[in-house]
Amino acid sequence: MSENQIVVSLSGVSKRFATGGLEALRAIDLEVRPGEFISLIGPSGCGKSTLLRVVGDLVQPTEGRVVVNGKPAHQARLDRDYGMVFQDAVLYDWRTVAKNISLPLELLGWDRPRRAERVRELIELVELGGFEEHHPWELSGGMQQRVAIARALSFRPPLLLMDEPFGALDEMTRERMNMELLRIWQQSGGTILFVTHSIAEAVFLSTRVVVMSPRPGQIVGVVEIDLPQPRTADTREYPRFFELVTEVRELLRRGGTDFDAPVIEEELIAAEEGL
Amino acid sequence: MLRRGLVFVGVLAALVALWEAFKISAEAVNLTWPFPVNDRTFPHIHDIVGQLFEPSRRNGPMLIEVLWDAALFTAKEAFVGFLLGATVGFLIAVVLVHSNLLQRGFLPYIVASQTVPILAIAPMVVVWLGGRGLPGWFSVSVIAAYLTFFPVTISALRGLQSADPRALELMRSYAASRWKILWKLRVPASLPYLFAAFKISATASVVGAIIGELPASIQDGLGGAILNFNQYYLSSPTSLWATNLVAALLGIAFFLAIVGVERLVVRRAPEHVA
Repeated sequence: MSENQIVVSLSGVSKRFATGGLEALRAIDLEVRPGEFISLIGPSGCGKSTLLRVVGDLVQPTEGRVVVNGKPAHQARLDRDYGMVFQDAVLYDWRTVAKNISLPLELLGWDRPRRAERVRELIELVELGGFEEHHPWELSGGMQQRVAIARALSFRPPLLLMDEPFGALDEMTRERMNMELLRIWQQSGGTILFVTHSIAEAVFLSTRVVVMSPRPGQIVGVVEIDLPQPRTADTREYPRFFELVTEVRELLRRGGTDFDAPVIEEELIAAEEGL
Repeated sequence: MLRRGLVFVGVLAALVALWEAFKISAEAVNLTWPFPVNDRTFPHIHDIVGQLFEPSRRNGPMLIEVLWDAALFTAKEAFVGFLLGATVGFLIAVVLVHSNLLQRGFLPYIVASQTVPILAIAPMVVVWLGGRGLPGWFSVSVIAAYLTFFPVTISALRGLQSADPRALELMRSYAASRWKILWKLRVPASLPYLFAAFKISATASVVGAIIGELPASIQDGLGGAILNFNQYYLSSPTSLWATNLVAALLGIAFFLAIVGVERLVVRRAPEHVA
């Protein structure tokens, strides 16, 4: 397959943070094809968020090549080839739902009627009809995250980068948002690179799961998720689902993730951010 | 709304009662420390308010009319000074937020500017601007602006830096220019900080205008009135007290005007509203 048919291509990507000399990523090779849903999974401190930021040209790799949509990552960012969603929705308090969604479009210089038309489509897509004029603080966590997803999709980027987008939501909302995201992914036909530390979430959503190990962040293995599409609530109950969850968990253990050890969360997150 | 009105009237009545109670009891025990209390040093509230409706001089207009005109004059100086100071203060913050080097280099001098007493600066401003064909009151506005810009610069700097780091990352992911980041993210994020500073600055601009009138030898404002009634304090202490009352009301009016504009402009989660 030629390189310009590949959405993301990482070869030999390493990242060492200047402060503290922490080696966040070592020799990462990964290719993401169009229409794939790839999850990056690993314990806190494995550099999965850093890797996502490297793809988005928000963090510069120390070594290696990052190609997005056939271009260097920097050019891809300037061309707005990807949309970003964080764990927190990061909405602007002073803007309504509709205005939050249209923010990237304003930056792109779309005129008002065109923005309004696109916002209408997106509101429908993320099922927030009736909340257009609400302010972020009037929405639940799940609704805020839907606004963030709509905002990321607003300018139709071919690639969506999602950094634990549902990590702050309760289990029930999370499962509902998983279904929503799959529906949006299928409707929009884009490619998604998704960071999570939930094994079940990764297996349920993805076409492939990339398993990472901590310090330095490395890829331990890649699991093809051959569950039938479209995924439904029943998918989580298939025997194959449990087999794949086990496979991912085994890879995590082999990579040095100790499920028995207590985790000092904050310390590891600080290490991951390179603080 | 009714409750707030009642609280306001209640507190006002309590303050008046406290004033009068102190006066009565101090006079009863012949208090001499820290100062002797009598009608000259500590007039009745009703005498102060009453003075407003006495002629300001023989066959002249009532004091309140004179002070009303003076207050309008000072308000003009303070308002222009506030606009000037807030604009300059904000622009300084915008420049400094984009360069750590400039920030570290210039901030000490900005702080130092406020340690120089305004009374030392004011005559120079009057001399510099006096010969430029500008109206005399404009020098006073510049002096007021000198007091105004400082809180605005400091708070605006803080406010412009208050944007969520991930919101800044998001802006970078949209390949937004510095200018767009400033207008779409930094400035809106700074508004609560900015208005907190405006409230301080608005009252400071009134103080600056009153003080600025003294070296500028401007007779038409509250500063001139204060200077004038100061000279006649022995014969009519209530005139000076009444002038101070009007000056305080002018400061409150400026403060409330900012609160009103803030209500219109700042849209924020309820817990974020200062």
